[in-house]
Amino acid sequence: MSNIIEVTGVSKNFGGVVANHDISLKVKKGAITGLIGPNGSGKTTLFNSIVGFHPIDEGSITFEGQEISKLQVQQIARLGLLRTFQQTRIYGKMNCVENMLISIPHRRAEFMDMFASHSKADREKALSLLEFVGLYEKRKLLGGDLSFGQQKLLEFAMALMNEPSVLMLDEPTAGINPTLINGLIDRLKKANEQFDITLFVIEHNMRVIMNLADQIYCLAHGELLAEGTPEEIQNDSRVIDAYLGAH
Amino acid sequence: MNKTVLYTVLLIVAAIAPFLFPAYGTQLATLWLMIIVALTWDLTGGQMGYNSLGNIFFYGTGMYVAAIVTISLVYNVADYTDAAGGGTFKFTWAQYFAGMALGSLAAGLFCAVCAVIIGFITFGLRGPYFAIGTLGVAIAAGELVSNWDWVGGGQGIALPVYPGDLDQGKIVFYFLFAGLGIGIFLFLKWLYGTRFGLAMNAIRDDEDKAEGMGLHTLRYKLTAWAMAAFFVGIAGAISAFQLIHFEPLETAYQTINLGIFMVVCVLLGGKGTLWGPVVGAIVFHVFKEVTWNYFLGWQWVALGALIVITVVYFQEGLMGWLMRMRPEWFGLTVDESGKVEAAE
Ligand SMILES: Nc1ncnc2c1ncn2[C@@H]1O[C@H](COP(=O)(O)OP(=O)(O)O)[C@@H](O)[C@H]1O
Ligand SMILES: [Mg+2]
Repeated sequence: MSNIIEVTGVSKNFGGVVANHDISLKVKKGAITGLIGPNGSGKTTLFNSIVGFHPIDEGSITFEGQEISKLQVQQIARLGLLRTFQQTRIYGKMNCVENMLISIPHRRAEFMDMFASHSKADREKALSLLEFVGLYEKRKLLGGDLSFGQQKLLEFAMALMNEPSVLMLDEPTAGINPTLINGLIDRLKKANEQFDITLFVIEHNMRVIMNLADQIYCLAHGELLAEGTPEEIQNDSRVIDAYLGAH
Repeated sequence: MNKTVLYTVLLIVAAIAPFLFPAYGTQLATLWLMIIVALTWDLTGGQMGYNSLGNIFFYGTGMYVAAIVTISLVYNVADYTDAAGGGTFKFTWAQYFAGMALGSLAAGLFCAVCAVIIGFITFGLRGPYFAIGTLGVAIAAGELVSNWDWVGGGQGIALPVYPGDLDQGKIVFYFLFAGLGIGIFLFLKWLYGTRFGLAMNAIRDDEDKAEGMGLHTLRYKLTAWAMAAFFVGIAGAISAFQLIHFEPLETAYQTINLGIFMVVCVLLGGKGTLWGPVVGAIVFHVFKEVTWNYFLGWQWVALGALIVITVVYFQEGLMGWLMRMRPEWFGLTVDESGKVEAAE
């Protein structure tokens, strides 16, 4: 399997805070890669760097072999590299179906496509994806009227609507009702297998990430601490210390 | 169909109003102007969340472009403005209407291009900074034009009078504004149903998210403002012919009158709805005419009070209030928990 994302020697400072220092990692095409680490260890910062949310201080980031560290957020999204937000972002005053319809891929959008009407195929896809995440019954509600967990599911469905090749999820289970977490894990796996989307997942819940990921990277204090399969990570004393030390 | 009946009745009312109330021909034409500037303001302000205080720039610029085009079809503009519209400059019927048609079109196109250029700079600004930035453009334009002798400087320009019966002229101007207003309304009704409508709403709700989803946000923003500018430019052109004489600061780039009124109309009627700007413009215009006629001396106080009450206590506007009180009229249902659902 080839690497779809390669991060090499990336550093990012905020004033005096070293959020990421000399981080190198690879995301394999078609796989599910995990990113763990205690709070404040720099996981979200790394995601923001990859999707072009802020410029990086040093290093290189490639997507499908192309250097993307100088590109803008929209350009990177249109290449097929998409992220969801830890704080969850949906369009609050639009209903769920509208949230979905505007999330279609804009990769090859020409000027006149701005005035296109919503095709039957897009509508059907929107509804079937809402069904997939379990929001079909809520489809006519405004995004802002959903609970936090439902908004997370909507954001996930919107990302699928966009047909990315890589989807980066920032803590997808945070705030989700614990009884629904297993269902969400199943959906993430399905998105990976059936929709052929490479996943790169930040996750705080150890059980979830061990269940989900093929390969896991662990950050601590902005540096890469360990990498390996779920078994290797689980048994890595440095990882255990980092998590215990964080409490 | 209830809606068809409603629309037909409204169209008939619009068509016979100037004949029913001949004494109010100009006020009714001005009402349509208010509807036009409110609808186009809401296009970026309500639907997209970009509150421009500079749309009046397109109104004033439309006036000047139309005047320059009309005059230069027949005469040298500098000679014309030097004589301050003196009697030696005659326009035939054909020259007048050719000027009006070409001038309006040129005004719309020129303003659309201006919107793209100004938008390229100002759309980097968000929230109040965008509002103030665009206001600055309108104020600066007024000052620049009033020092530009070629277009008459602070004196402004006098266009030829309507070449026919003046009462007939009033009706012609009424229908020019009404036709433009109805055209804009139908255009926006269509536009809001396309991808464009959703894209603007997405930018309003969370522009960072829209960027993150790969939306061509700048393309949408520039196009939206250019469309608004196009229509306001044409409205300015028609106003120039209707008013005959206009000058830069009080008429063309009238930031504190029409420039603010258009925003108040939209807030009063309900931001981000198709009918809100129309309803708001009607209520505002009636309120304004009544206070100007019956409370002279206090009219600005009354108007200020209306603005304060709208902004502080009534942000949802008339349409927002109606949607909350009578959701079933809008095909909305409310579930037990009080959440609103749209019809299929
Ligand atoms: N925009 C920012 N400005 C300043 N400091 C930031 C910013 N974003 C993150 N940080 C800091 O960088 C560090 C890493 O944060 P973050 O990447 O959010 O961690 P994680 O997602 O692993 O919890 C923290 O110390 C945080 O305070
Ligand atoms: Mg984080």
